[in-house]
Amino acid sequence: MTETRPMDDLLRGIWRENPIFVQTLGLCPTLAVTNSVENAVAMATATFFVLVGSCFFASLFRRYIPNEVRIATFVLIIATFVTVADMMLEAIVPGIHKALGAFVGLIIVNCIILARQEAFASKNPVGRAVLDAIGYAFGFTIAMLIMSSIREVLGSGSFLGYHLFGKGYEPWVFFTLPPGGFITLGSVLLFLSWFYKRREAREKAIELRMAA
Amino acid sequence: MTAPHAHGAPANGAPPPPPPPPQVRASSLLTVLAAGGAIAGFLIVVVYGWAAPIIEHNKAVALQGAIGEVLKHPTQVDTLFVAGDTLGTQLPAGEDPKRVERIYLGYDADHRPIGYAIAVGEPGFSDVVRVIFGYDPATKQLIGMKVIESKETPGLGDKIEKDSAFVQQFRGALTPLAGVKPDRHKAGDKTQIDMITGATISSRAVIRIINNALTRLGPALERYSQEAK
Repeated sequence: MTETRPMDDLLRGIWRENPIFVQTLGLCPTLAVTNSVENAVAMATATFFVLVGSCFFASLFRRYIPNEVRIATFVLIIATFVTVADMMLEAIVPGIHKALGAFVGLIIVNCIILARQEAFASKNPVGRAVLDAIGYAFGFTIAMLIMSSIREVLGSGSFLGYHLFGKGYEPWVFFTLPPGGFITLGSVLLFLSWFYKRREAREKAIELRMAA
Repeated sequence: MTAPHAHGAPANGAPPPPPPPPQVRASSLLTVLAAGGAIAGFLIVVVYGWAAPIIEHNKAVALQGAIGEVLKHPTQVDTLFVAGDTLGTQLPAGEDPKRVERIYLGYDADHRPIGYAIAVGEPGFSDVVRVIFGYDPATKQLIGMKVIESKETPGLGDKIEKDSAFVQQFRGALTPLAGVKPDRHKAGDKTQIDMITGATISSRAVIRIINNALTRLGPALERYSQEAK
């Protein structure tokens, strides 16, 4: 196996293994709090903090955590970070904390975080684990931004609360409701899979031409 | 593939037993979990110590704003304490100041009472919904209503907070309130509140919370208003 470069650790989660669009992990917040860009950004920031922080500690203590209690320890680390993030959000941005409601607490069971701890951070040195976590957190953030932009622009006619269209625009409220979340996610996944298929076909065509 | 018959291996060709797993001592598992728990607890306590006063302050500011909103911006607000079925301006003796229910009496610029702001909570659809409402016992009408805490479903139940058409209906509504479906609304009936389609349980919860609070506190409010005159 070729040696992996630090950039690979970072970039992997952003695009090639994007947690939402490629691995379809952590869909609960992706569907629940992407009804406005503001909520999505707050959620992504909180998840960023928890993901990077808990992967750092899972990697730092990886030699001391016996296999039998690793999941209990990981969940303990995640829960600590989520509690801290929850209190900080409530103190700093009470409005957004209120809007996110129960979903901040639900970061504890976001499977992206446990998956990165289990699959990567617990087996790799701290530097790589943190880079990997940052990449995945960015990947999650990008996915949340795409989802929430589509839903807020169509569903409320605004972006970050600024109204984009004139008064004549009747908001497509459907997109801010849960079914709108599913439809948006499905459409984005469909588009990406079409995009990948097309690229693959193009690459194959080039290979064939080269061979000929 | 079967392994070649080694010296001492069972003659029936079964693979040799796997090496015993390394012994894990129960004490080391316990130590790791206990140490992790202690560190986690310490971190949470530190952050709580920093965040709790800020959160308290934010809540107080939010409450002031909410009182102003539901009582149409009073110039002065008195805090009244509920003790049994009476109201008083003094904290009842021997009560925990954090647990005593408070009611806020707002006055206009000419020092005439506008009405009482009452904050109460009851279960809604997903968790406790807390509302604050302004109430004038003389006319039995509401002055305003605001949801101050709810975890209702984003996009559906949270309309009790964000749907201004729903919130506006409480201004001047006559108590006790009755929730109706929008198409059954009788024109001119001031007790009727149109429930939100898709948020029936949450709408009903707000109406129930206000009605219950007034059944419980209404007589005390009336008595206090009479005495004040």
